[in-house]
Amino acid sequence: MEKVILKLHRMLCPMPVIKVQNCVKKLTIGSQVEAICTDPGVLNDIPAWCRINGHQVLEKRRDGDEYIVLLQVGDEQQ
Amino acid sequence: MNRQRKALSLISGGLDSLLATKVIQEQGIHVEGVNFFTGFCVEGHTHAIRKKDQSKEKRNNALWVAERLGIKLHIIDVIEEYKPVLFNPKHGYGAHLNPCLDCKIFMVQKAQEWIEEHGFDFIITGEVIGQRPMSQRKETMPIISRESGADDLLLRPLCAQNLPETKPEREGWVKRDELFGFSGRSRKPQMALAKQFGFEDYAQPAGGCCFLTDETYSHKLADLWQARGHKEYEMDDIMLLKVGRHLRPSPNYKVIISRELGEGNFLQGYRKQFISLKTTSHAGPLALIDGLVCEADIEQAAQLVARYSQGRAEEQVELEVRQLSGETRLIKVKPMLAHEIPKAWII
Repeated sequence: MEKVILKLHRMLCPMPVIKVQNCVKKLTIGSQVEAICTDPGVLNDIPAWCRINGHQVLEKRRDGDEYIVLLQVGDEQQ
Repeated sequence: MNRQRKALSLISGGLDSLLATKVIQEQGIHVEGVNFFTGFCVEGHTHAIRKKDQSKEKRNNALWVAERLGIKLHIIDVIEEYKPVLFNPKHGYGAHLNPCLDCKIFMVQKAQEWIEEHGFDFIITGEVIGQRPMSQRKETMPIISRESGADDLLLRPLCAQNLPETKPEREGWVKRDELFGFSGRSRKPQMALAKQFGFEDYAQPAGGCCFLTDETYSHKLADLWQARGHKEYEMDDIMLLKVGRHLRPSPNYKVIISRELGEGNFLQGYRKQFISLKTTSHAGPLALIDGLVCEADIEQAAQLVARYSQGRAEEQVELEVRQLSGETRLIKVKPMLAHEIPKAWII
């Protein structure tokens, strides 16, 4: 299973979502993406994007100045 | 058997696109949303930066609307493609540097390309005749349809009854009599429809979705273009225009001074791209110098930054000057007095 780490420091909403979206398009179901961001808005936006597109958020957390979301790619066709 | 028709809805995150989409969903059409990000869209940007705003809920309204509607949302980065629209809008600017009509044509054109690529049947927008002074007028509606290339595949469910029939109506994909004939600036019909659909919480619109409609922001962008002698910009440039106080003491440089801790933290991320100044003897802002500067310019900038520190009334304030290389040194300056800062410096 593939795991991609995206370093999205300094990017503000909605750029982190766009980067995650474009990365997920290239991955297969079950792959994971870890987005490391500095915009606190990602803790809402990336999970919202996952919910409407059929992906699963495995973890979201703050680590100092970083906001990290780990997701698993689902089936967008469903 | 009739096949399931599919529409792509331009979702801004405001009430109109929410309602337009819902109206079409109610007719059994499969709808997906698209949100084009030009770089100037007002979203979490400044809220995410400023400390005082960090307690506010930070949500992307387009995503929130899509979730309410239960539709997919495709957020598309059009930062590069949007530049020619902003540099040279065929239909001109609005009150500031907002090329609203050209922007709408551009977005519908991108939507048209998207539906062709993905096998969708038509496009919907939340436009209402008379809602916006530049882009949403009866005369501009056919211009948008024609110049975008969408022609009669562009349906505006909220004001369709005031416009000629489109293909989705003619072909019976949607029922025209279940669309609406809204017009004018009043929001009452939309609010009533929102209530009917059970939408009680929605983003308050009124033209606040683009930084280019903001006078101060447009002024800063015009200053940037003038100082550089060209209109080209990068994403960082337009982000920095949203942050801090901008003062231009001289044509060759400007100073960006943080107004509070959150902005200071944000500007810190740019210290490898700009010479930066930070007061060390007193609490004070972080500042970036944008431009090519000599030693006298750095000292002048330091005096300015000291003015905005806790040491403004002191004889001397010490600052750290950090070069792009990371090399630092300390300088001591006398803070400028308020009357020594000409109004013309403030961008």
